[in-house]
Amino acid sequence: MDPHSLTGVILLLPLASALTILLFHGMLKKSAHLLSTAVSVIICLCAVKILGADDGAVPLLPFLNIGDLHLNIGAIIDRQSRGMLFIVTFVGMLVHIYSCGYMKDDDAKARFFGALSLFMFSMLGIVLADNLLMMFLFWELVGVSSYLLIGHWFKKPEACEAAKKAFITNRIGDFGFMAGILILFGLSGGHLAFGELKSQIEADGSLLKFALNTNPTLITIAALGLFLGAVGKSAQVPLHVWLPDAMEGPTPVSALIHAATMVAAGVYMLTRVFFIIHLSGFACEVIAYIGGVTALMAALMATQQNDIKKVLAYSTLSQLGYMVMAVGLSSPEAGMFHLYTHAFFKALLFLGAGAVIHSCHHEQDIWKMGGLKDKMPITFWTFIIGTAALMGVPALSGFWSKEAILGAALNENKILFASSVLTATLTAYYMTRVVVVAFLGKSRGEGASHAHEAPMIMTVPLLLLAFLSLFSGYGFFAGPLQAMLPHPHESGAVIVGVCSLAAVIIGFLAGTKLYRGKDTDPVSIPLFANKFYIDEIYAVIVKYAQDRFAWIVNALEKVFVDGLLVRLPAALTSGLGGVFRRLQGGELQGYTFLLGLGIVIAVYLAVFLGAKS
Amino acid sequence: MLETIILLPILAAFAIWLGSPGRITAVVASLINLIAVVILFVQYQGMNTGKMAFQASYPVLSSPQIQFAVGADGVSLVLVLLTTLVTWAAVWGTVDKDGIYYIASLLISAGALGAFLCTDVFFLYAFHELALIPTFLMIALYGHNDRKDAAWKITIYLGVGSLVLLAGLLGVVWYCSPVVDHHKVLTFDLLELLKHPLSPDAPYAKFGPYNFFTLLVGFGTLVSLFPFHSWAAPAYAAAPTPIAMLHSGVLKKFGLYGLIRIALPLFPGAVQTPWIQQALLLMLLGNILVVGLITIHQRRLDDLLANSSVMHMGYIFLGLATGNALGQNGALMLMFAHGISIALLFMLCGKLRNQVGTLEFEKLGGIANTAPFLSVVFGFAAFASIGLPGLANFAGEVMIFLSTFQDFTAAKGFTMLQVTTILSLWGVVISAVYMLRAYRKIFFGGVTSGLFVSDPTVGQRIPMFLLAAVLLVVGCQPSLLLNVLQTSIAALGAK
Repeated sequence: MDPHSLTGVILLLPLASALTILLFHGMLKKSAHLLSTAVSVIICLCAVKILGADDGAVPLLPFLNIGDLHLNIGAIIDRQSRGMLFIVTFVGMLVHIYSCGYMKDDDAKARFFGALSLFMFSMLGIVLADNLLMMFLFWELVGVSSYLLIGHWFKKPEACEAAKKAFITNRIGDFGFMAGILILFGLSGGHLAFGELKSQIEADGSLLKFALNTNPTLITIAALGLFLGAVGKSAQVPLHVWLPDAMEGPTPVSALIHAATMVAAGVYMLTRVFFIIHLSGFACEVIAYIGGVTALMAALMATQQNDIKKVLAYSTLSQLGYMVMAVGLSSPEAGMFHLYTHAFFKALLFLGAGAVIHSCHHEQDIWKMGGLKDKMPITFWTFIIGTAALMGVPALSGFWSKEAILGAALNENKILFASSVLTATLTAYYMTRVVVVAFLGKSRGEGASHAHEAPMIMTVPLLLLAFLSLFSGYGFFAGPLQAMLPHPHESGAVIVGVCSLAAVIIGFLAGTKLYRGKDTDPVSIPLFANKFYIDEIYAVIVKYAQDRFAWIVNALEKVFVDGLLVRLPAALTSGLGGVFRRLQGGELQGYTFLLGLGIVIAVYLAVFLGAKS
Repeated sequence: MLETIILLPILAAFAIWLGSPGRITAVVASLINLIAVVILFVQYQGMNTGKMAFQASYPVLSSPQIQFAVGADGVSLVLVLLTTLVTWAAVWGTVDKDGIYYIASLLISAGALGAFLCTDVFFLYAFHELALIPTFLMIALYGHNDRKDAAWKITIYLGVGSLVLLAGLLGVVWYCSPVVDHHKVLTFDLLELLKHPLSPDAPYAKFGPYNFFTLLVGFGTLVSLFPFHSWAAPAYAAAPTPIAMLHSGVLKKFGLYGLIRIALPLFPGAVQTPWIQQALLLMLLGNILVVGLITIHQRRLDDLLANSSVMHMGYIFLGLATGNALGQNGALMLMFAHGISIALLFMLCGKLRNQVGTLEFEKLGGIANTAPFLSVVFGFAAFASIGLPGLANFAGEVMIFLSTFQDFTAAKGFTMLQVTTILSLWGVVISAVYMLRAYRKIFFGGVTSGLFVSDPTVGQRIPMFLLAAVLLVVGCQPSLLLNVLQTSIAALGAK
């Protein structure tokens, strides 16, 4: 089979699985997970096959064709989508398999796997999209599947609120995304395909080139608009608030959607449209600083979280910040490289955390764990590998990709380089804290003392991911994957190496020193623990700006539009006294009267006018 | 053929009045109509000329020329399809009610069908008025909440709006009637009038924009264009379920249909007159942002849906404000989609009201625990109405948004049209806020004590399922409607 035609299969199968589960939910209560998992395995095999395929474009389905406008569903195969396709389907497959164990006793297992299939469909749509509108379309759909999965346990008020918050915050980002799309659509004379936009920018005399020369501000606005979309999806400051709350969803979901793939879609999108973004120096600078600030702030917040998933969530924010910063620093390759390696080790960490939570009877507080090292050896050792990769321990995958980003920062912007090194130090520190508190020492909780190793269906995915976390940074792996391996940095490589090594060592030593053998947290920084009070500030803004404003608008309408425009004429008519009131005798006549009046006048005027002419 | 389609609901209503069983008669009649319209739609798709088809006419008055003339092109067929679909769902979903419910529904349906199918300005207007009477009566007699108040408000507003509209239509007849041997031959025949649009070089061209504006206000009032909107929300909230479905889903589209069929083609370029376009853009921003914020403030589901329906009209007006073909195609797509989605939402809202007797968010919660089907369909319709891609509303909205940027150039930069669009994009956030809040409050959370809602019976699920399926199919393949829409809109002269 032609590998290119497999793209259709890759999109169709998860969609079919999701629809089947939706429609035959009742019958599939016991077997939905098998269907969904089987599909995830098949599409992963397809993705492997596509890894060896040539570049190309595959038209799939007509969507909007009207006049000169042609916006269709089509797949693009290039080195970027091939790599991403593999990551998404591979991690997706492992998470499906893992979930079969993790969600075994859930009442709504079928609904969970249906939503998971919907997610795979939407995410793969983003990866394959050959135009901006298609990307937006699937972009919103991943939002829905994320909404459904965060709110999976809808009886829990926190889960409902988190799901809602995630969707609405993403919508704010989508507002910008759509605005950016519209501006590009207008400037390019009605084109949204990546290939067409790119060739316009390269060709002299094209509309987009003309726009760039006459009014570059518009390009900057478009680039920033697209970036706002990424800010929402990849949870960058100031729209980062939804991601930590999204941890209310089942842990496999956190691993797949809120760590490895969906949240990285923002970075993927930025690299897709990088040829537009880099036209604007200002936009690049904004992107780099937003990324840098997110990386640092999130790392600071992570140091004071006690929920194991929250620590990992803030760490995800922080790593996403690195990737976004890399794009802003004009090294999208470094960003994508980190996206790849991060997908493996962060999925590993989340699934490891899931195994811990599962066996500790849904205990997520690291201070109530402890002593898990011997009870859950596979989980422990794979978690250690993930942690080491995230910290950037030399020779592991995370080391190579982080070094690529730090190298880019050193070349472009010294301030961001300094903050990135600080972030790396903090990363080593908070991950050491988690491992020391949760896995070492003695058991501090009821759940932890009865913990046992997870079943094989959950540990096998951990082992596979651990393998990739170790080796995915190397050419022999990343090469065939055609990851966007960055160019080695000639200058300053030594400085970068020394700094990142120092960061790991300092962070590790500080973490061990402070937390070894402790039963309570010796450090307390309320500002970090309370996430810089950003949620509280937003709550106030929503309450006063939006709700109060809505209240005022509502009241004004009641008084003016209702009061003056409606009541007044009504009062006048009834004030007219006898004549009208008699007509109104019963109220029903009143209603019909006005209506009849319209028709009567119409007939009268028609005849009258006709008689005159 | 088309006459029979208009007549059938009236006959069925008459039969029910004479004692024929209400629900069965209504369901059968509306189903026959639906099937007939689908057949016509497919036939028309085969021709795809964009011209009027299935025409018939019966003279009524010779001077001025008034005739009962019917005909359909893609624009009217799409709306007629919407009408018959919603009518069928509305009467199917109405169970154990007096015959008057079915009579009113059928008459509203007949009025809407007549308004969309007549090619004579007089009858087109008269049919719409005919449809309003049962609407008013049903709200006043069988409504909820402050039904009297709501009925009064809608009567006054639509009465005055209709009079303004009438003035505008008479202007149309006056300006666009043909001149034969130096005599104006007044005619209400829309097809004849369309041959003589008031182009900018016509003798009375300077009156064109004023006449257009009169029509805009007249038609606009019927579509709850800000600031003539405050009748709509209380009326829909108060209306019995089938009436709310039919009016907000179908009948309200008459005003937009009139703008597309009469006002825009007969006064070419009038909508781009700076003062008119600016006024329209400000008004529609009122719909999207002001009413959007008001919607957030609502504390009851019926009020919320009613206001959201007013809000979404703003996007349709945005499509019309561009004056280009893409915008009008998008507007019609959104009219169809909105009609289906709001009808579905009101239907679900009615089921809830029947079972629990209240629609206040504070008293509801956790319904998903006991009524999964209801929750899924509600979520589906809610996401459709907030413009989720893959569902029909998104296709309409995105076409409208794109149409506003069609003439965007780097040299000109942002004009008021594009700024308005960017501001209206914020409405997409607003609608997500209120819809998801409502969804969460009503359906999620633990079981609320004393509140038990069960899923609808299998029979009652059929119309819900069908409406949802239409949203999905059209949303994935907008070309199903666009095929006939774009040729017809081009035939009306839009570029």
